[in-house]
Amino acid sequence: MSDCIQTIQDYAFRSIGYGERLLPKGDYTLCEHFTLIGSGMIWNVYFAVMALLLGFFFATALALGKASPRRWLRKPSEWFIFLFRGSPLFIQFFFAYFLFLSLKQASPLFDGLTAASVGALIVLFLNTSAYSAEIFYGALQSIPKGDVEAADAYGITGVTRFRRIIWPTMLRLAWPAYTNEAIFLSHATTLVFFSAFPAWQQKGDALYYASYFADKTFNPFVPYPILAMYFIIFTLMIVGLFGAINKRLNRHLPQEARPKLRLRPQIIR
Amino acid sequence: MFSYCADPSTLEGLKWLSCYLTTGKHFGFYLSFLTVLGLLAITAPTALAFGFAGAAAARSRIAPVRWIGKTYTAIVRGVPDIAFFLFFVIALDQGFEWLRHKIKCPDWEDPIRQGSDFVVCQAAKLPLSSAPQWLHETYGFFLAVLTFAIVFGAFAANVLFGAMRAVPRAQMETAEAYGMSHRQTFWRILVPQMWVYALPGLSNLWMVLIKATPLLFLLGVEDIVYWARELGGTKNARFTDYPHGDWRIWYFSFLLVFYLAFTRVSEIVLDKIMQRLTHGQATTAGEAQRKAAS
Repeated sequence: MSDCIQTIQDYAFRSIGYGERLLPKGDYTLCEHFTLIGSGMIWNVYFAVMALLLGFFFATALALGKASPRRWLRKPSEWFIFLFRGSPLFIQFFFAYFLFLSLKQASPLFDGLTAASVGALIVLFLNTSAYSAEIFYGALQSIPKGDVEAADAYGITGVTRFRRIIWPTMLRLAWPAYTNEAIFLSHATTLVFFSAFPAWQQKGDALYYASYFADKTFNPFVPYPILAMYFIIFTLMIVGLFGAINKRLNRHLPQEARPKLRLRPQIIR
Repeated sequence: MFSYCADPSTLEGLKWLSCYLTTGKHFGFYLSFLTVLGLLAITAPTALAFGFAGAAAARSRIAPVRWIGKTYTAIVRGVPDIAFFLFFVIALDQGFEWLRHKIKCPDWEDPIRQGSDFVVCQAAKLPLSSAPQWLHETYGFFLAVLTFAIVFGAFAANVLFGAMRAVPRAQMETAEAYGMSHRQTFWRILVPQMWVYALPGLSNLWMVLIKATPLLFLLGVEDIVYWARELGGTKNARFTDYPHGDWRIWYFSFLLVFYLAFTRVSEIVLDKIMQRLTHGQATTAGEAQRKAAS
């Protein structure tokens, strides 16, 4: 037991560079499995939360762009969404990494971009923006026209109309699908260290450590179920949080008319 | 390839490029596109079969079978699929070797798992250590296909399970009223009607499957990602006739374009199929077609 506390002290923040530098050797205990894979989860949470937070706003802008009657706004948004939804995330990571590498050679300004914490975050951010924008666009298209007409009749126009009428309704309609997107983005974060981005000094994410253990012990039946457990907990937390937001978005509706979150699995990028 | 390629160092411009793009290694690259297409061609029906079995099991009246089906359809919800890919490749390999070990070497004394080693008797090795190289590669590819089929079968099971529930209840009740058995209702009424409801989900799944093919790289198959990295890396004049700098970005942008084109073509084809299937159906899309025609 005290061994385990020692292990947790040594490795709990290993993935971000605090604690013991050398990874454990020899016989790997269950405690080491749990601690290191859990430590890797820090990266997954970081990527998922940051990409979703930043992506949310960009996605709104993109959705508005795609729904815009102006051609010079619509076309770029459509192309952006097609580019990121039509190609595999795995290839996007590779492409971005090599692009950042050559940018780095061109100017020292871009030095930070090849690190996973920045470069991969940019790719994930752009990717989730495209997927969410498509969801938001679909929601924009299905806003009841009565709502918008009522706003017009009251003389609510422009930014006010968007902020008070269109945007909340859009979110309400899009929320179940957006929850799905959040879940699958969090799963997609595991791809980062398996594409081109290097895990510098073996500081990787949860899947990185899980496959490290699987390679060393040649036994996939211990690390991967542990990883699965962590991800199920993470998924449940996302569902809980988004469920709470969904409740708040629909708080004006009578109890039984509130749309429930129905989760459908899909989407590998 | 071409006769003028004998001395690459004298070539210039387009001529150099035409020689460069037809080296033996590049043909490996082009062939790996066939690997990807082959994977798609084999995996899609296999995954559909897995999905069908899973969905049928999830509807079963026998509780343990239903639990198995439900668990199978639920596995993809909470856990990243990449984890499944990495897990199944090793797990399947060890599973096969373990089975063969039990059958072929029943009087083996030592434990199979010794610390960090997985030891089975020589005869149980897969493929046999004396097997030729191509057998090793085929076995690797086979494991990859099976892994894809298991993971995507779970996705397909979800889609088909939903489609089975979408078939109007009255149809089933009518069949029962005519005295059809449970099995007859399933095969004669439910299965023929469910495809229209399943198609949107299945076409989405096809897109997802296309986009998952680069993951072959993670499973150790020499696919397009492998070759793009290999060929794009900096080539030194000492080791090759065609030296160049780091061109990986160009190779990967080519892959990007390939995938974009592939998804676009699939989209168009699937739209056509959907149009044909909804023709005359009592759905919104079918109704819209009827109105447009009249």
